[in-house]
Amino acid sequence: MQLTGNLFAQLGAELGHEISTLPDFPAEIRAPQGTLGGVSGFQVELGAEVYTPGDKADVIVAMNAAALKVCTLGSHFNHPQAQFDEEYALYHRNAIVIVDTDALTDKDLEKALYRTDNPFTELGIPESVQIVPVALTTLTKEALKESGMDNKSMLKSRNMFALGLVCWLFDQPMDKAIHLLEDKFKKKPALVAPNTKVMVDGYNYGQNLALSVNRITLDNPESQQQPGQYTSIAGNKATAWGLIAAAEKAGKHLFLGSYPITPATDILHELAARKDMNVMAVQAEDEIAGVCTAIGAAFAGDLACTSTSGPGLSLKSEAIGLAVMAELPLVVIDVQRGGPSTGLPTKTEQTDLMQAIYGRNGECPAVVLAASSSANCFDFAYEACKIALENMTPVILLTDTYLANGTALWRIPKLAELPEIKPQSVPEELKGKYNPALRDERGVRYWAFPGMEGYQHRNIGLERDAERGTISTNPENHEQMVRARQHKVAQVAERIPELKVIKAKGKAAAAKDVLLVGWGSTEGHLHAAANELGCDLAHFNYIHPLPKNTEQVLRQYKRIIVCELNTGQFAGYLRSQIPGLSIEQYNEIQGQPFAVERIVNYVKYGSK
Amino acid sequence: MLSMEASDFKSDQYVRFCPGCGDHAICMALQKAMAQIGIAPHNIAVISGIGCSSRMPHYLSAYGFNTIHGRGGAVATGVKTSHPELTVWQMSGDGDCLAIGGNHFIHEIRRNVDLNVCMFNNRIYGLTKGQYSPTSAKGFVSKSSPFGTVERPFIPAELVLGARGTFFARTLDVDMPTTVDCLVAAKQHKGCSIVECLVNCVIFNNGTHAWIADREQRAEHSIVLKHGEKMIFGKDKDKGLAVEIDPQTFVPRMIVVPADDPRVLVHDAHQSDPTLHRLLALMGQNRVERVSDEGITDELPIALGVIRDVEAETYDEAVNKQIAEVREKAKAKTFDELTATLEQWTM
Repeated sequence: MQLTGNLFAQLGAELGHEISTLPDFPAEIRAPQGTLGGVSGFQVELGAEVYTPGDKADVIVAMNAAALKVCTLGSHFNHPQAQFDEEYALYHRNAIVIVDTDALTDKDLEKALYRTDNPFTELGIPESVQIVPVALTTLTKEALKESGMDNKSMLKSRNMFALGLVCWLFDQPMDKAIHLLEDKFKKKPALVAPNTKVMVDGYNYGQNLALSVNRITLDNPESQQQPGQYTSIAGNKATAWGLIAAAEKAGKHLFLGSYPITPATDILHELAARKDMNVMAVQAEDEIAGVCTAIGAAFAGDLACTSTSGPGLSLKSEAIGLAVMAELPLVVIDVQRGGPSTGLPTKTEQTDLMQAIYGRNGECPAVVLAASSSANCFDFAYEACKIALENMTPVILLTDTYLANGTALWRIPKLAELPEIKPQSVPEELKGKYNPALRDERGVRYWAFPGMEGYQHRNIGLERDAERGTISTNPENHEQMVRARQHKVAQVAERIPELKVIKAKGKAAAAKDVLLVGWGSTEGHLHAAANELGCDLAHFNYIHPLPKNTEQVLRQYKRIIVCELNTGQFAGYLRSQIPGLSIEQYNEIQGQPFAVERIVNYVKYGSK
Repeated sequence: MLSMEASDFKSDQYVRFCPGCGDHAICMALQKAMAQIGIAPHNIAVISGIGCSSRMPHYLSAYGFNTIHGRGGAVATGVKTSHPELTVWQMSGDGDCLAIGGNHFIHEIRRNVDLNVCMFNNRIYGLTKGQYSPTSAKGFVSKSSPFGTVERPFIPAELVLGARGTFFARTLDVDMPTTVDCLVAAKQHKGCSIVECLVNCVIFNNGTHAWIADREQRAEHSIVLKHGEKMIFGKDKDKGLAVEIDPQTFVPRMIVVPADDPRVLVHDAHQSDPTLHRLLALMGQNRVERVSDEGITDELPIALGVIRDVEAETYDEAVNKQIAEVREKAKAKTFDELTATLEQWTM
């Protein structure tokens, strides 16, 4: 299903639509098929002004009885008497629901814990929902009967029949879709012909039988986009490519030390595959070794990174403190997931914010950034590298499951158009006189590394003397150094863009005193909600330090609502940074992205 | 190779080991060995964790990085892998290396990263002022084991061989020539070289290696192994080492025979099969199970010198070689060339 969804999204993107996707799958690799726990889904929205993968679907494809139940009941799927309820259902009252009738046998119904033999009545699906029963399995086998494929391989192509049908429903041309399939299977050419056949049969099935459903016409969004070359990209891949671009721009060797962890592993995969770009990716023995090998590479003069998720960030805390103390550039990518502990490994959450800002022993400031779309994971990975290299500081970049696995339309930049990166260096005249405490006028220490003759020094995780750079336990010196490290991170605010408010659009600014505030991956949902409400949105990518004008911007509004997928970490942080500011909170912690509708209802009526 | 003196490797820092600490001797041996090796200080990185021995980088004029407890091995792996042209030393102790940093220790050995690791074994936590370590003898009384430990200790050599180590040497703080030889050999060996430095902690574990450190006893209780030389020891060079296989159990064991016995072995450090290296490295190690030497009748000597030194591809070399091979064949080598390979469309 993930493949089908991706293909459909990519097709939409190639045809000039904006896209946003949300893969949702169980934590188990091979969860028992046909059971409620084993349902794997892929949500995609396409059209003009797409900010999110959508709240409620217009079209659902349910490949079996369990999927039908989960889509209809949403999070209430395991309540024994539950029926369709618009609040929980994954589709709306007038949606089209395509169901594989071959996968509704007694056995299938039993596996999905139905009590009766009529799933539609049992689930209380309202009549306004257009159910399209299709014998997907039979039709797929029919399409492939002359292919000589075995039964199991044929069944795998069922998804392609559904894809063809959905393409018909959305009026998407087949030739582009066929081209995409050819590209997808270019390493397994034998699969191109059968899959193409099944997909085209699916399309024709819709066409010929003229299914009595209304086809969906998408708005043409082309004029919205900045001209250029486009592709669709997943957040983790965009993150990895941002690091690659930054290394090349900075003239540095890219080193990644990492340990596999959901949902960050694709960054390791991508960088391990990019030896052609001269990337060195070390799969370390544990999370701590991941960050420590990176610190070693930074000490030796590289652009060093580590990628992880929440539990891994906990394990790396002490070492990140070492990078703060040793004042080395280091990029830490935390793809947040549901926590605490092992938590919800495959679900999304914004709960590592406090850990990123404060989660280390001692006064231990680091720069914290957050990406806000799958595509701008590229920009903020690049920015994280730039800030780290130019300011000799660890930078923690927060993304999350939603951004990491989701895809979005990405305008492909040329290296030349990306901002300059000037890694900190050391003036020639310090040769023979260098020590690791010497700083430039910004308060950023000079960077010398092994191999450079005449700059030998000892770096430390112990406190160092502010003048000589050697170990010091002097009380005044310690305070001076604590403040020097804080100042160094704070001065980054001079080099980052100011906070820009996204102004209410479309509907009359009904709520012009209201400001939605968010950070990270919720930007799309909050943007859509702000448009709906006619209020402004302040969305943060720079978390620590905050943009310089933050207080001035926020003080202009009477009602400030900070919306986050946690219990209020950013709200609390803002209160601490801007004392006396009155802030309202809207929070959800369900492992899922926001639903625009719920935010709108909260702002309007004070309830979800 | 440059012509250098030990003094070229002395930093301007005052050496702050306790008076009488075995680390002083290793520090001097390192400076001598580095001069003998002849690599310029700016091409050397000395990485350490936390502990008394981890202060070592401060006293050497090379690049140094005194990191956090247990993680020196991981940091050193990052330095060497990303910059294989550097000579990388790691300074660590029995706690730093075998307790908190145990995972990094076995993995740097398994991967065969080309590091020279000095593992200072004083069988005690010195910097935290006297707790037992993973190499303290069973029953050892310390501040954290007032009734004696109930733990079985590690024998470092066994751990090194278990992790498929390619180089293991053992030396003693008071034996300067052997220490310098071991350190030079560690550098010459391509791969992860572990040098177990038996050092005395004069404050918290004084006399822990007295069995061999005592000048009177050393010749009888230790043997300095040299590749290609017969295994002869004793004050009068009258004893030799041989292997005997128990006829019932087929278990091989080392035995002491007269020096002129034809069974006396010639040391082969380059033998890839570690069986004999293990037997040699374990000689006299039953002492680590015991708090006192009293009643130990074992006459096998403790082996010093380079016990194992075999060739194998190093991790840093393999990683860099693979990147070079892929790049050689790659069509896209820059970011712009990479993005050109994407499925894309114009808007």
